[in-house]
Amino acid sequence: MSKANLLDRRQVVSALLADRNDVVAIGGLGASTNDICAAGDHARNFYLWGGMGGAAMIGLGLALAQPKLPVLVITGDGEMLMGMGSLATIGLQKPSNLSIVVLDNEAYGETGGQTSHTSAAADLVGVARSCGIRDSRAVTTMAEVEAFAKAVHDLSGGPRFANVKIDSANLERILPSRDGTYIVNRIRSDLGFQPI
Amino acid sequence: MHARADAADTAPTWPDDIFATLQRFDVRQVPYVPDAGHSKLIQRVLGSSTMRGIPLTTEEEGVALLAGAWAGGQRGVLLMQSSGVGNCINMLSLIPILRFPFLTLVTMRGEWGEFNPWQVPMGSTTQGVLELSGVKVLRASNAAEVLAVLEAAAAQAYNALTPTAVLLSQRLIGAKVFTK
Repeated sequence: MSKANLLDRRQVVSALLADRNDVVAIGGLGASTNDICAAGDHARNFYLWGGMGGAAMIGLGLALAQPKLPVLVITGDGEMLMGMGSLATIGLQKPSNLSIVVLDNEAYGETGGQTSHTSAAADLVGVARSCGIRDSRAVTTMAEVEAFAKAVHDLSGGPRFANVKIDSANLERILPSRDGTYIVNRIRSDLGFQPI
Repeated sequence: MHARADAADTAPTWPDDIFATLQRFDVRQVPYVPDAGHSKLIQRVLGSSTMRGIPLTTEEEGVALLAGAWAGGQRGVLLMQSSGVGNCINMLSLIPILRFPFLTLVTMRGEWGEFNPWQVPMGSTTQGVLELSGVKVLRASNAAEVLAVLEAAAAQAYNALTPTAVLLSQRLIGAKVFTK
């Protein structure tokens, strides 16, 4: 299945989070959540196990609530396709601290590798740009990934979007907590909010 | 051209009551799908210095947005029409899982003098869909009770983390009619 010269998803996510400092990272339903956990469990990791299509909007809500924090959504092509309208909503709000990365293997890895729309027709970079996200990049090299990882910390330059072509290898699952209340309250606690 | 019949008056003040309640509860993010019944409230939100009105392309976006807002320390409210409730169903699963405060204000169609049969199926099941999804439902049917219903809904949503929908009935808003 793997095509040549495509990036390794775990290397990509590790590079995105290597110098994360205060970044809040949101994974999409599927392998991207495992990738974020594989890069290291962290109090500011927001793991999604459901709510497919919601990752970018969770990122928008968080970014608007915390404009001085870099917010990074890392999701898959299937999840992003399901919530494609949210790119229009984000393009309208223009949160300058929000960055979105799509790990695009052109397939639904969770359900057996069925091809997704990005394999033949849909150009998510074009969609994001057309929705008003001016900094929308097609990424094919680790150097570009590292440049994007630096840009995530620039709180005035967003919103930004990167579509990273990755290989479709099925990797060992690194499973984070499935307890959503724990995950969210851990983030809130790390941001200084008390329980109700 | 659209017009409204049956409304108590042409310039209702109950949207002001809603706005005041939301302000008192420190609501900051107000995602919405445009809707005639919510138009005055949306105007107030867009003119507010403390609330941010966020137009959506579909209502389910608003559920996810409010989860993110809560993680970041802000409260929000989702404004939609009864037909939009159907667009939210899977995303509503985030509410019990993440246990974030959820309040939605739903303007009703498909009841009380509805002229458009296409609005009736979703309008008839709105309350059931919400309740099956774990959302408590309160209803306001006349202008005089809006303030008390909103106060109760906001209190249980934000203070008791009890997901709550307020159905603003078509009798309150006035049935939509089309005139030439």
